Amino acid sequence: MTAMLLTLWLVTGFCTAYFARELATLSVFGWPLSFYLAAQGSSLVYLAIIGCYAWRMRRLDRDFDEERQ
Amino acid sequence: MKAERTFFQRLRRYYALFTAGFAAFLVALAVLEQEGMSRAWIGYLFMFATIILYASIGVLSRTSNVLEYYVAGRRVPAVFNGMATAADWISAASFISLAGGLYLHGFDGLAYIMGWTGGYVLVALLIAPYLRKFSQYTIPDFLAERYAGNGGRGRAVRILAVAATIIVSFTYVVAQIYAVGLIASRFTGVDFSVGIFLGLASILVCSFLGGMRAITWTQVAQYIIILVAFLIPAMWLSAKHSGNPIPQVAYGKLLPRLGAREAQLNRDPGELEVRGVFRQRADEYQARLDALPASWDSGRIAAQRKLDIVKQHGASLVDIRSAERAVLAYPKNPDDAARLWADARAQNLARAEPITPHATPFPGADRAQSDAKRNNFLALVFCLMLGTAALPHILMRAYTTPSVHETRVSVFWTLFFILLIYLTIPALAVLVKYDIYSVLVGSRYDQLPSWVSYWANVDKVNPLISIVDVNHDGIVQLAEIAIDGDVLVLATPEIAGLPYVISGLVAAGGLAAALSTADGLLLAISNALSHDVYYKLVDPTASTQKRVTISKLLLLAVAFIAAYAASQKPADILSVVAAAFSLAASTLFPALVLGVFWKRANYQGAVAGMLAGFGVCVYYMLHTNPVLGGSAAGQWLHIEAISAGIFGVPAGLLTLAGVSLLTPAPDRRTRALIAYVRAPEQQ
Repeated sequence: MTAMLLTLWLVTGFCTAYFARELATLSVFGWPLSFYLAAQGSSLVYLAIIGCYAWRMRRLDRDFDEERQ
Repeated sequence: MKAERTFFQRLRRYYALFTAGFAAFLVALAVLEQEGMSRAWIGYLFMFATIILYASIGVLSRTSNVLEYYVAGRRVPAVFNGMATAADWISAASFISLAGGLYLHGFDGLAYIMGWTGGYVLVALLIAPYLRKFSQYTIPDFLAERYAGNGGRGRAVRILAVAATIIVSFTYVVAQIYAVGLIASRFTGVDFSVGIFLGLASILVCSFLGGMRAITWTQVAQYIIILVAFLIPAMWLSAKHSGNPIPQVAYGKLLPRLGAREAQLNRDPGELEVRGVFRQRADEYQARLDALPASWDSGRIAAQRKLDIVKQHGASLVDIRSAERAVLAYPKNPDDAARLWADARAQNLARAEPITPHATPFPGADRAQSDAKRNNFLALVFCLMLGTAALPHILMRAYTTPSVHETRVSVFWTLFFILLIYLTIPALAVLVKYDIYSVLVGSRYDQLPSWVSYWANVDKVNPLISIVDVNHDGIVQLAEIAIDGDVLVLATPEIAGLPYVISGLVAAGGLAAALSTADGLLLAISNALSHDVYYKLVDPTASTQKRVTISKLLLLAVAFIAAYAASQKPADILSVVAAAFSLAASTLFPALVLGVFWKRANYQGAVAGMLAGFGVCVYYMLHTNPVLGGSAAGQWLHIEAISAGIFGVPAGLLTLAGVSLLTPAPDRRTRALIAYVRAPEQQ
């Protein structure tokens, strides 16, 4: 799980920046895609990753507790 | 559980009251401004009211209990811990300089946004929950316990970790205190060093009396002020230009318009003319550089002669003064002249450059230059991310929540609250840029808006903004504007046409950002010294009372040393602050992460890895940073000195892994500790 989320983190962080020049020609609602990703998109993905992780780990912790009992 | 809930509700009520009170304070000041209160008084009121507020929170939550002092009793709810961490994190640099940096550098500046937010993923996934499970007081605590060595107590690891904590935090805290002095002196007109000591007083009352507990509750209040101060001007400006008061959404519409305006300005004949003037000036400096040392002699004589002529002909006092200044400022010797003129040439050349479009990634003359920029961007993002995940004053906050789950949630809230500001910053940069490009550029010199002259006169030696009619056509060209990034956020309210109260509010926000970060950093340093050095290494039998007292005394000492360092206006320190991230990443990150995830990592490996990471990082900085005596020619792969961590981190990781494999595996106690830290917590 952690590994999967970390891969996602790596992709949003570095691949989008690496290919920024190629992505710049696409545009979403006025933003060039690479600018949007760097300015807002990637940060929002990070937030989602952390949220996902906290939620999922809580479930895992609970399951583990129930099994123990 | 019940007690927890009522505690949470009580906190919520307090902060709701506080926010309402603050709003009332703002409204009252706005009314007073209408009645004709002077700007200076508004500045004073803001500064003293907020400082007194922070100090009184400090007094209310004073404590001498160890648990309260070091980790706020481990009962800070996730949301509030998130807010406090966000305030801890948002430093003067984020609040004041980041939007300016984006304004000046366009896409390349976004590396800071990406790096500083991405780091929290690492904090949440790899570090914070495990630190909380471990439940001690400081970061060196964790490292020393984890890398205790066979039967040892991890002395060397602890000392190295303390040293790294202090080096990283100290450069950082000096920059914060410097910013406090700057804001205070600009807005209230008090002397720079008086400003520093006023800020220091509020930091001290707060952290000295209540340690982590007082700091946490002050930081929550500071976060609210930061948020309000940042959002109001941005929303106003956004509504003015796009009719949509949510800047994060609205600036998508403005970006193409800004691009069109940039293209138009790039072709404008007036702009071309001004750029031509700058190129010509650069050529003149080049000619003088080529003719050294003869040109130095002739220039000095010419300056002196001009002064004599002006004096003899009874010219106006202004002319005499300026001629005198020219003689005084003339380089003292040919070497000096070579340096000054080369700088001046570079400056003029830079101003002769055409505009680089704001949204274009990695602009460069050719593919290779653009590639180098991309690599630097990636390296900077990497260093900032890993550095964020290794900053002691941020990680320290993971200890303050009631449970491991709450720690994970609190990192989520931290990033959430940081994003409220960080998503606005690129928007603000675009909005201000659009405003300046479309309103200020093309206006007439006799109708300059008042904020320009106000900010131009704030700092006479290094003007924050200067507009000179280079080609004497009476119209402002973009190339004639030289603007310091730092002025952007501070001047936004006036650019947007808001009353001065909002400017005061923004200054109070900047002050809150600097103070909150300084609080956290000072506590990180003094805790490392008192807990890790004094209690764990010097006198393990010290009573809890004594430990807290020692900690408070050390805090006082560190604060005064930092204030003294800041009052020397150390330009060098400021330029290496961003490098603190590289240092933290190279030294602490490998040891922290491998400590949790690789059971085989041992004491010898940790010592070697931390030394190697630190060594490589410092070597690269010394080698390539011109301020520290290196030169850009020594760069590896064209990576700038600020991203030294891109080499330091792998060096640290590899050394840690290699040395660990060559030496005996850790003993059973350490393995048990790792298993415990990684096991799910009992509820």
